[in-house]
Amino acid sequence: MNTVQPLELLTILIAEDSAADRMLLASILRRQGHAVLTAANGAEAVDVFRELRPHLVLMDAMMPVMDGFEAARQIKALSGENLVPIIFLTSLSENEALARCLEVGGDDFLAKPYNQVILAAKIKAMDRLRRLQATVLQQRDQIARHHEYLLNEQRVAKAVFDKVAHSGCLNAAPNIRYLQSPYALFNGDLLLAAYTPAGDMHVLLGDFTGHGLPAAVGAMPLAEVFYGMTAKGYGVSETLREMNAKLKRILPVDMFCCAILLCLSFQRRSVEVWNGGMPDGYLHHIADGEREPLAARHLPLGVLSPESFDDRTEVHPMAIGDQVFLLSDGVVDTCNADDQLFGVERLQQVFAANRQPDAVFEEIKQALRDFGGESRDDVSMVEISLLEPAQISPPALMYSDSGQSCPLDWSVSFEFRAATLKRFNPLPYLLQLLLEVHGLRAQSGALYSVLAELYSNALEHGVLGLDSSLKRNASGFARYYQQRSVRLEALEDGYIRVNLQVAPRDEGGCLTIHVEDSGKGFDVVRVMERPLDDVRLSGRGISLIRQLGRNAQWTDNGRSARVEFFWKALA
Amino acid sequence: MADKHLDPDVLSALREVMEDEYPKLLDTFLADSEARLNRLHATEDTAQLIEAAHSLKGSSGNLGANRLAELCSQLEHNANSMPSQSIKKLIAEIDDEFAIVRPLYEAERQRSLTES
Repeated sequence: MNTVQPLELLTILIAEDSAADRMLLASILRRQGHAVLTAANGAEAVDVFRELRPHLVLMDAMMPVMDGFEAARQIKALSGENLVPIIFLTSLSENEALARCLEVGGDDFLAKPYNQVILAAKIKAMDRLRRLQATVLQQRDQIARHHEYLLNEQRVAKAVFDKVAHSGCLNAAPNIRYLQSPYALFNGDLLLAAYTPAGDMHVLLGDFTGHGLPAAVGAMPLAEVFYGMTAKGYGVSETLREMNAKLKRILPVDMFCCAILLCLSFQRRSVEVWNGGMPDGYLHHIADGEREPLAARHLPLGVLSPESFDDRTEVHPMAIGDQVFLLSDGVVDTCNADDQLFGVERLQQVFAANRQPDAVFEEIKQALRDFGGESRDDVSMVEISLLEPAQISPPALMYSDSGQSCPLDWSVSFEFRAATLKRFNPLPYLLQLLLEVHGLRAQSGALYSVLAELYSNALEHGVLGLDSSLKRNASGFARYYQQRSVRLEALEDGYIRVNLQVAPRDEGGCLTIHVEDSGKGFDVVRVMERPLDDVRLSGRGISLIRQLGRNAQWTDNGRSARVEFFWKALA
Repeated sequence: MADKHLDPDVLSALREVMEDEYPKLLDTFLADSEARLNRLHATEDTAQLIEAAHSLKGSSGNLGANRLAELCSQLEHNANSMPSQSIKKLIAEIDDEFAIVRPLYEAERQRSLTES
């Protein structure tokens, strides 16, 4: 008779009360290369198993003291998750007894008289099963460890991410309400908000292609650019250019970021919007209930080269209480069981039925549930209201330098010519320069607002010759900004000169800002006769400058503007 | 005649498997079987009767005592339904059969000892 080579030397326990059978079986197994343990009854078998942990058990069913059924049950319980195959040795012919063998955990049978070849084959098969189980357990544990590792990595990544892409002023601002599913971050949704130095608010809702860490990783540089440039006073267009260029450089070709970026100006009561590939946002005019769509007019960020990127924005007037509503595609792209999309129409029905503005998020969520959509975990919604400037309190800027090297007696002049005016925004540089003067830091918001107004007046009304009375109504407002971009594009000559003078005065000091432009000027007397109000859409810049700065005056037919800022001794 | 009581193929397979331990296996079987036969005689309890018959059937099958295994199997399977008279008769037949195979095993044992 041929002996069959075992896969591996196994330790096999024989539980059998008949001494001759036990001896015979032990001899067969030893000849096949296995190590053999023996027990003469069930109780002995359990003891031996507990102590020596054999790989496989051959078990007689009928034994004194403890029968094979009970012994098998206990051994199976002891072996836990590991598979210790039990082969019942039996000449049992009753089906009922065979069924009992299986019930207590038996894996196979071997009938008497023993056949060596069949026994070897069965042991081999059981050994294969045993190894399979061991491999499965090992892999399961490996997967569990790996999973735990990944989760931990994600936690660490999230912690780092939260430092970089913190929520900015999202939670502190009184005019923002938002709803984001907790794992939206790892689904590539990004919601950021920050104040500009002038007290305007920048808000970005972005949606990266892809999911998981890769999507979240792209969000970090985007957030850095957003917060860095917003804090320095850069406008929407420059910030977008920088974001696009950075993402284009670092992201793989199939990855990009749909985004809607807006600048809400409480002073000017307007919102400037750029939408690249996001679902329509909505500008909700409270007065007439109209919801004006803020449609995507651009490709997402990270697609176009810096040269072909289009940073043109749209500016819409707003009234106090008006709201901008932005959402991610998780809302409109939710599918129901019939593969239908929730869609824009259903969203608009929710808007139309809305009576309680505060409840609109909940109503949208309810509508998604009613629609029977599979719940998606990348739903982001945000609503930003236009409040009175007084209701908004941007946090004070933090400075880290001691002030010992603060420059106190200097002047500087710039002349920005046509080719520069087209693309370059000098305001952040000018502001950085001025904020080296410690005495001015306390009024940086006013300073920036005034500087921005002087500059945009010089550019828009002066160099570009735009008529501010266009902005009297909403349609003129849009036309105004359209013309602005057309004329700027076509600009060939013209200049804006900025002269800054800082001089010590008593214990404090004085800043004089002097802005000249190459335009046609305006009727200074007529404009100055207007009351100092801030409600109308047009001409608000002049009254803003007069309210925030000191001794504002216009000369040379309005081509030359001069404003002063004072500060007292620092404590 | 001997084939009906003892299967020579089984014996030669056992000889090959057990090698030096072959005589000891035969000794063990004979001692074990005797103990079980004694229990068959001693007990009135049907369950114990069945258990002893079952064990003896198993080991005699393994050792090639086909007729003995067959008789034990009859007892194991019918003990519950048979009148005690018939049980006694069957046990007597098992005794007789063991009396036949016993010297055959002893002779086999002797032969293997002299051969090796």
